[in-house]
Amino acid sequence: MLAVLKQKTVLERHHTLPRMIWKEVGSDRIAIGSLVVLIIILGAAYLAPLFIDYRTLMRIDLMKIYNPPSAYHWLGTDNGGRDVFGQLLLGTRNSFTIGICVTVLAGLYGLAVGLIAGYYGGIVDNIIMRVIDFLLVLPSLMIIIVFVVAVPEYTVLTFILLMSAFAWFGKARLIRSRSLSERELDYIQASKTLGTPGWKIMLTGLFPNISSLVIVNMTLTLAGNIGLETGLTFLGFGLPAGTPSLGTLIAYAKNPDVVQNKWWVWLPAALLILLLMLCINFIGQAVKRATDARQRMT
Amino acid sequence: MLTFIVRRTLIMIPQLVLLSLIIFMLAKAMPGDAVTGAAMSSPDMTEAQIEKIREKHGLNDPWFVQYGHWMKRALKGDLGMSYVHKQPVKKLLAGRIENTVLLAFFTLLVTYAIAIPLGLIAGRWNDTWVDKLIVGYNYVSFATPFFVFALLMLFVFSFVLGWFPTGGSVDIRMEEGSWSYVVDKAKHLVLPVLSGALLLTYGTIQYLRNDIIDTKVKDFVRTARAKGVPEGKVYSRHILRNSLLPIAAFLGYEITGLISGSIFIEMIFSYPGLGQLFIQSINGRDFTVVTALVMLSGTAVVVGTMLSDIILSIVDPRIRID
Repeated sequence: MLAVLKQKTVLERHHTLPRMIWKEVGSDRIAIGSLVVLIIILGAAYLAPLFIDYRTLMRIDLMKIYNPPSAYHWLGTDNGGRDVFGQLLLGTRNSFTIGICVTVLAGLYGLAVGLIAGYYGGIVDNIIMRVIDFLLVLPSLMIIIVFVVAVPEYTVLTFILLMSAFAWFGKARLIRSRSLSERELDYIQASKTLGTPGWKIMLTGLFPNISSLVIVNMTLTLAGNIGLETGLTFLGFGLPAGTPSLGTLIAYAKNPDVVQNKWWVWLPAALLILLLMLCINFIGQAVKRATDARQRMT
Repeated sequence: MLTFIVRRTLIMIPQLVLLSLIIFMLAKAMPGDAVTGAAMSSPDMTEAQIEKIREKHGLNDPWFVQYGHWMKRALKGDLGMSYVHKQPVKKLLAGRIENTVLLAFFTLLVTYAIAIPLGLIAGRWNDTWVDKLIVGYNYVSFATPFFVFALLMLFVFSFVLGWFPTGGSVDIRMEEGSWSYVVDKAKHLVLPVLSGALLLTYGTIQYLRNDIIDTKVKDFVRTARAKGVPEGKVYSRHILRNSLLPIAAFLGYEITGLISGSIFIEMIFSYPGLGQLFIQSINGRDFTVVTALVMLSGTAVVVGTMLSDIILSIVDPRIRID
């Protein structure tokens, strides 16, 4: 009896999700490298406000317009004489925070809709899926831009809500198809027979069993959401003016003179976005492998 | 088969109606209407005069009456007037649509020209170093945002190396119809097309690779090998026929990616197409043009996905839901 119990705890210890993710990431050299780089970048970005005063940074200094990189301004200055390196750090922090917020919110929406559609099935599922089919064909980038212009009081919060409102369709579909097959399994049927209310089965029965799917999907879409935010800011429909994002710095490149002669303003931000996206995706791929027993390398 | 096609086509109708309703609501929510522009250009108009014009244009009617009028005009092909350009929206779009279609067509062509061979190689020789290289490229292209990549391409190939023009669709000094006109147009297309195509390959490569790896252990392939079909023919005759057809069917789904991609790419290469017009119109608060563009893109995607679904159901009878 004791031996059986002992074996059971060993099994459980080996198969918790965080443990498996950790093991998979650890055995993949590229994923480990990505994790280290990501921690360094984010560490610098989130600790920067301790050393950089936001108002001094954003103060316009007409004597220092478009200074090339120097010992004092590591990456030179922009069209208002503001330090590019400082804006790069603050921009990374803002872009990443917004990316996380959008991903989490969209995850919640997708989870709620997907669980309901998958758990109840039948007509509820049918209606929800037809609506999602429709939402998926919307030209969402254009509609987000129109909303950004149409919203009367535009803040960072509105932007986050707007982006997440268009980011959950695919997730809901994914979660729904998994819950649909999961609900036929005995443990859900047993709970139902015992009279457990639907919301309780969804939260305590269904949700834990599809959580790995949700985590994988969220890591993989995080990079996409950061890309979308910086892209919108680049076009001029993202973060409100005065909140630096990585896209704000790249937007200077809309001026051909800046692209050609003042590379220090936009190029570092562009390369940093590329690096961030790659790191997040390599980690995401390792997480994905960890949750899929057929692809696991360890 | 026919039932599926008819049903799938009928689904499109409520989709288009809903789309137009949403766009109409958006247009109403946008600040200003047809009269605001006129009122701003002649400041001495009195409040009563403005009210009279509003009444005449039906802007005081309930929203569903307005929607009815708007739909009726749109169906007749009347998309309204652009306040900024002072010309019919239809004419404005007609001048631009050719450029965007050209860009989209070549982008798709190059995407497939790159993705299909790479997908085949990666699938046939999976887990070799070539495959690892291709999978690596796929990870990178999946992660890279359109605008960052396009900007880097522009910087490296136009500004640093000077191989290609930095913007526009054709040199204005060129005479239309001449050979050098075509060459110049092609030169302007290279970078925008490559920036789009190199990133759009992701889905196709991923699909082909997985599908070939799955297919090559199936019974019919083993039978083919057993009866002595040479390895090259096993791939070209037996496996490819299975894996390539769905790729053709995904074409309609690519439209969504092309539309959002074209907005960034046309902005960066100052390419005079619909994406650039969209951003310019939004910035100039030219909302009739914006509405028309969103409706046009939405319709393109709805029709595209419908075509994809129908082709897919012809190619693969398993997904037919009758």
